[in-house]
Amino acid sequence: MIGADAIIKCLVKEGVDTVFGYSGVAIDPFWNSILETDIKTVLVRTEQNAAHAASGYARTRKKVGVCAVTSGPGATNLLTGIATAYADSIPLVCFTGQVDSELIGSDVFQEADVTGAAESFVKYSYLVKNVKDIPRIIHEAFYIANTGRRGPVLIDLPADIQLAHIADFKYSDEPPKLRTYKPTVKGNALQIKKVTKVLENAKRPLVCVGGGVRLSDSEEVFKKFIEKHRLPVVSTMMGLGILPTEHPMYYGMVGNNGFQVANRAMNECDVLLMVGARVADRAVSAPDLTFEGKILIHMDVDPAEIGKNVGPTIPIVGDAKHIFEDFMKQSFYCTHEAWIASLNNYRTMIRHEEPEDNGFVNSPAFVRSLSLKMEEDAIYLADVGQNQLFSCRNYVMRKGSFFTSGGMGTMGYSIPAAIGAKLAEPEKQVVAVCGDGAFQMSLMELATMNQYKAPVKIVVMRNNYLGLVREHQHFTYKDNYSMVELGGEPDLEMLSKAYHINYIKCESMADMEKDIDAFLKDDEACLMEVMTDPMETVAGTIA
Amino acid sequence: MNMKKIYSVLVENRSGVLSKVAGLFSRRSFNIDSLTVGETEDRAVSCMTIVSSGDERTLEQIEKQLNKKLDVIRIKTFEEQMSVSRELMLIKVKYNKTNRREIMETCQAMKADIVDMSKNLMIIQICDTPERTSQMIKLLSGISIVEIARTGTLALQKCE
Repeated sequence: MIGADAIIKCLVKEGVDTVFGYSGVAIDPFWNSILETDIKTVLVRTEQNAAHAASGYARTRKKVGVCAVTSGPGATNLLTGIATAYADSIPLVCFTGQVDSELIGSDVFQEADVTGAAESFVKYSYLVKNVKDIPRIIHEAFYIANTGRRGPVLIDLPADIQLAHIADFKYSDEPPKLRTYKPTVKGNALQIKKVTKVLENAKRPLVCVGGGVRLSDSEEVFKKFIEKHRLPVVSTMMGLGILPTEHPMYYGMVGNNGFQVANRAMNECDVLLMVGARVADRAVSAPDLTFEGKILIHMDVDPAEIGKNVGPTIPIVGDAKHIFEDFMKQSFYCTHEAWIASLNNYRTMIRHEEPEDNGFVNSPAFVRSLSLKMEEDAIYLADVGQNQLFSCRNYVMRKGSFFTSGGMGTMGYSIPAAIGAKLAEPEKQVVAVCGDGAFQMSLMELATMNQYKAPVKIVVMRNNYLGLVREHQHFTYKDNYSMVELGGEPDLEMLSKAYHINYIKCESMADMEKDIDAFLKDDEACLMEVMTDPMETVAGTIA
Repeated sequence: MNMKKIYSVLVENRSGVLSKVAGLFSRRSFNIDSLTVGETEDRAVSCMTIVSSGDERTLEQIEKQLNKKLDVIRIKTFEEQMSVSRELMLIKVKYNKTNRREIMETCQAMKADIVDMSKNLMIIQICDTPERTSQMIKLLSGISIVEIARTGTLALQKCE
């Protein structure tokens, strides 16, 4: 057996069924050995998208996503994808080919120090120096990626190590024992007791839910917990979709792009339970000010998040699933009906105004209608830009999933991630929504979609601008636009034809409903071009 | 308020660990006042002694972020006054007949040794607290200092 065979054997042991990637001489032994197994391989069209596709796959299946690319430019192309996964705590194991061990450091053809380059946005990285370490390293890598705060792990594989003979192969079924890594899983019992007391005494309690609840697979118990105690909930961008939009206890997304009622709840609450959220600038722009005079309970699996942006009154470190299960065992009673009544009152006061028809398709109305017409359990992927904010604010969550590049804000994420999601759950409807900027960063993946029969529904909200930056320049530089106009755009109908996928153009509010129906009607891939107002602003639709 | 803190960090003795730890400090704009690394009694483990300064939140973040690194085994932190700290410094100075005596007296007073000498150059060695080593530089600043090499602070928590 050679090193590459051992690697693939490890992947089989880890239950990997799909690997995304790109080939190259330095990773060829890997791709050769994988032919001996049933693992599905997916050749994307640029390496960055291998990581995005693996991320979409990981989020859908709630398991580790795997990708593999070659050395040098292959590895450096992958970096943005790794950083994107890191920012959203998505578990990935990324393999990169490397030049022969003895050539490392001599600047030979396609050599790049990828472990060095990726250091600040991987959870951990390995450069394999001895073939006999392969089983241990891969075993550790999967464990590290998918426990504690999830994240990407990089394994750099010199070509000669992949080809070297490995004498014996042992793969432990037990989790590896690492003296430097022992993630806290169970919450501290005393802290949990303390929190129940605080919640019991709270007059205006609020829960702010982040992506950590989904990552720890604790949506169900979280929902039971807040329903049992009738706790109002707001969410961060990464926490979108954990509760359905119409849930009576849910008051929407917070932050500078969030909902008035959610932000008002944040400002007025007396006890705030932050769950699996970083308290980052987009959600809370002035944390010290916002939390003044409040009891802040910060729950996170990563102790370093607690106190990073804001000092908590009560910290709880642990996995949300375990902690909420422990909470469910505590008997305590919250009474704050007046608070709920006032929140509901705010909610009804905010009226949704129908936009005037200006000849374009109205983005908020479009997202609302699209999400309601999608299958109930469909996966919706929002890209980055105005489309992301319109999506976050108007997507109606029922039983589906909502994925986006929240932390890093990587343009071009949605299409490759949607392909990963579709391959993970072929039975589910998968819809990627992007702007014409992000689309042109990822349109090469239409070929991947065809090749691997991953029929994704793609929405391109076309306004011939990098809309969100244009909006910023509109307000900040008084319409003195620079580097935001997308000229020379392709004819998307012809482009769809070139890639053998269906095409629909949605041009007016009058035909919007009909067009969306046609777009979603079958299981075939389809691209819908939605003509939106180039001067539309997210700020103008905030209520 | 800015404070000084000493971090005694036990790490796996693997290649690249120093750069990971140093990289963490630069990426999060934490200060490194000094950093020393050496093997411990266990060859698989190295000890890094890092002196840093910052406000309370920063100093706490440093410890938490260090703990997140998968090569870090254990961290001990202590305030300067809770530690026994030493620094080794070598100073090469140019001397002449008129100031030789003064230099030697300074060395005696500071418990420093002259460890190498030529016709017009000498190397002085001092091993003392970081304050006293800095004091030594001040005392010798009237003489022409050619080169200085310092180890940075080494520290252990006091016994009691």
